Amino acid sequence: MSEPDAAKRQETAVTSDAIDSPLLEIDGLRKEFGGVVAVDGATFSVAEGSLTGLIGPNGAGKSTTFNCITGIHEPTGGRVTFDGQDITGLAPYTLANRGLVRTFQIARELSDMTVLENVMLAPGGQVGESVVRSVTPGLRGDVIRDEADVRDRAWETLEFFEIDHLAHENAGNLSGGQRKLLEMARVLMTDPEMILLDEPLAGVNPTLEEKLLERIHELRREQGLTFLLVEHDMDVIMNNCEHIIVMHQGSVLAEGDAETITSDERVLEAYLGGDV
Amino acid sequence: MSAVDSVRDRLDALPDVGLVVGFIASIWAVMLVLAIAVGGANWANLAVGFIGSVTVLIGGYAILALALNLQWGYTGLFNIGIAGFMAVGAYTTAVLTAPTDPAAGAVPGLGLPLWVGLIGGMAMAAIIGGLAALPALRLKADYLAIVTVAFSEIIRLVVNWDGLAEFSLFGAPVGTGGATGISFKSANDVAAGLVNGVGQPLVTAADGIGVSGPNLANLTYGVILLLVVAASYWVLTRITNSPFGRVLKAIREDETVTQSLGKDTRRFKIKTFMIGCALMGLAGVLFRGQAGYISPQQFRPTITFYVFAALIIGGSGSNTGSIIGAATFSGLLFYLPARLGENISLGGTRAPGNIIDAVGGLASLDPLPLLAYIISNVSTLRFVLIGVVLIYIIQNQPEGLLGHRNEPATSVSLDRPQSRSGGEADE
Repeated sequence: MSEPDAAKRQETAVTSDAIDSPLLEIDGLRKEFGGVVAVDGATFSVAEGSLTGLIGPNGAGKSTTFNCITGIHEPTGGRVTFDGQDITGLAPYTLANRGLVRTFQIARELSDMTVLENVMLAPGGQVGESVVRSVTPGLRGDVIRDEADVRDRAWETLEFFEIDHLAHENAGNLSGGQRKLLEMARVLMTDPEMILLDEPLAGVNPTLEEKLLERIHELRREQGLTFLLVEHDMDVIMNNCEHIIVMHQGSVLAEGDAETITSDERVLEAYLGGDV
Repeated sequence: MSAVDSVRDRLDALPDVGLVVGFIASIWAVMLVLAIAVGGANWANLAVGFIGSVTVLIGGYAILALALNLQWGYTGLFNIGIAGFMAVGAYTTAVLTAPTDPAAGAVPGLGLPLWVGLIGGMAMAAIIGGLAALPALRLKADYLAIVTVAFSEIIRLVVNWDGLAEFSLFGAPVGTGGATGISFKSANDVAAGLVNGVGQPLVTAADGIGVSGPNLANLTYGVILLLVVAASYWVLTRITNSPFGRVLKAIREDETVTQSLGKDTRRFKIKTFMIGCALMGLAGVLFRGQAGYISPQQFRPTITFYVFAALIIGGSGSNTGSIIGAATFSGLLFYLPARLGENISLGGTRAPGNIIDAVGGLASLDPLPLLAYIISNVSTLRFVLIGVVLIYIIQNQPEGLLGHRNEPATSVSLDRPQSRSGGEADE
């Protein structure tokens, strides 16, 4: 990469700071595994209510970035800010309770539990998560009422994703696509502000893909949810995301709307394996 | 809880309770038949003796299997230190309740009532369980297993240690008794007192048909243990069929996912571990310490593996299965073969001294030496039987007798709410 290119890269990074009301801000994020630097000073932000795409060739550090944001890995350096608060290195459960949740690249359903149980697990702060309240006769009334609410919401959510006919099935018996729907249903039940989707469309047939994207747009429109989407399918990213971040070798190579990205030579180079 | 809910809960519970009661009743029936077959005129006393002993075994193992089911079956916490947590409970109760002025040579205690000792024993087992779990729960499942098994051996060696045999606790002389053990208030005596006091007419009536007082007291104790099992079952079922139980199942399935859904899994794991250990401590007193005497010998790791065997047979993940498994293991695989071996003889055939001679008989097409050998060595050979049953179950029904059942973790009915049409909500 030549000198002017590097300068231009700086410029793009600066413009990214101009995003209106960023919900999630990543600043100089760094993660090393032994001697390998997986994420090397990535800086970007995600605007509230947006559907932002995160792309990059294999090994660009997308999944590691996800893991660092959601607390699965502790970053070696840098800062993650969510909703104005520093959340760097916080535990996954704390983040989920603050409204930042994720799905996994390979759907991780709780296979020996029913679909309904999977979904009912998710809501935060359930009264019945206290042993004493669940057992003691006098206090159990609250648990039953809360539980009935959770059940009703769970059925609604399953209906929204059209997997309600599988409610009593063990999650392990679901097809790959149905598992992706279940993951979405489950994170939605946590009542999040922002959902990080790690390749939600990998291995999903076109009809289901259409359905999932429709749901994502509907949730943005009607509940104002923010999405950060990692995906390999360029068409999906270009057609659905208004803001796209391209990662390469652990840092942000370019960002902007679909047009900016497709016309960026460095992006093409990175994807075509040009001499970097 | 509304009346409707409680009625429905009771109806929901009925089939399982029926299953357990029926199963234990059939084991009683088998014991009765055996007693009639071998007892002659003494059959009634023998029957009460058999049934009493088998009931105590079933009760003890059922409490332990239920506790392990909460930890391992539900939450996936691989606790192979059961014996150690039983010892903590039993020894705490012993120190609290042993008389302050014991017989010559015995160890004194604090002389508190038995119920205080029981609560203290459970609390201490829970605390020690929590302490053991704290560092281990940060680790993966296999490490917890190593930590717990080491912990249970450390506990056994500590109570075996001379240095603690007798010491002073805030000025009061107490101790573990070291290798000789310790005598304390016996739970059996409570049952015996009950039988001989309130139950005096019963004792007289039983005496009329030749049933001895101690046998009747032992049976009463077994029934008391079954009541403790029923209470534990009730509590554990409420724990597991709740949002709390749902988180436990989720931890067993995938802890990272559970954390990503906002659950502080470590807190859930420690609570669960403590509740299970408290129950194990209770079983340590009521089962191992029923006669009012314990020694380190009674808390060897073998009992841990018996409890695992019972739970695997019954089906881990099912509370009802835990009790059925405990009854199958202790009644049918552990107790019955021993009684059969004692009471059956093959007429004139003398049992060969070793297995070679026994099998040798087969060469001349005479199965009797082998049979006689099996019968006379049945107390040892039943462990082979238990092994065979375990291998069969793991190969052919890895989920145990009842583990395949779907017992959703929730406090309410999971049917679709009636008010909604469903399916086409957003089409």
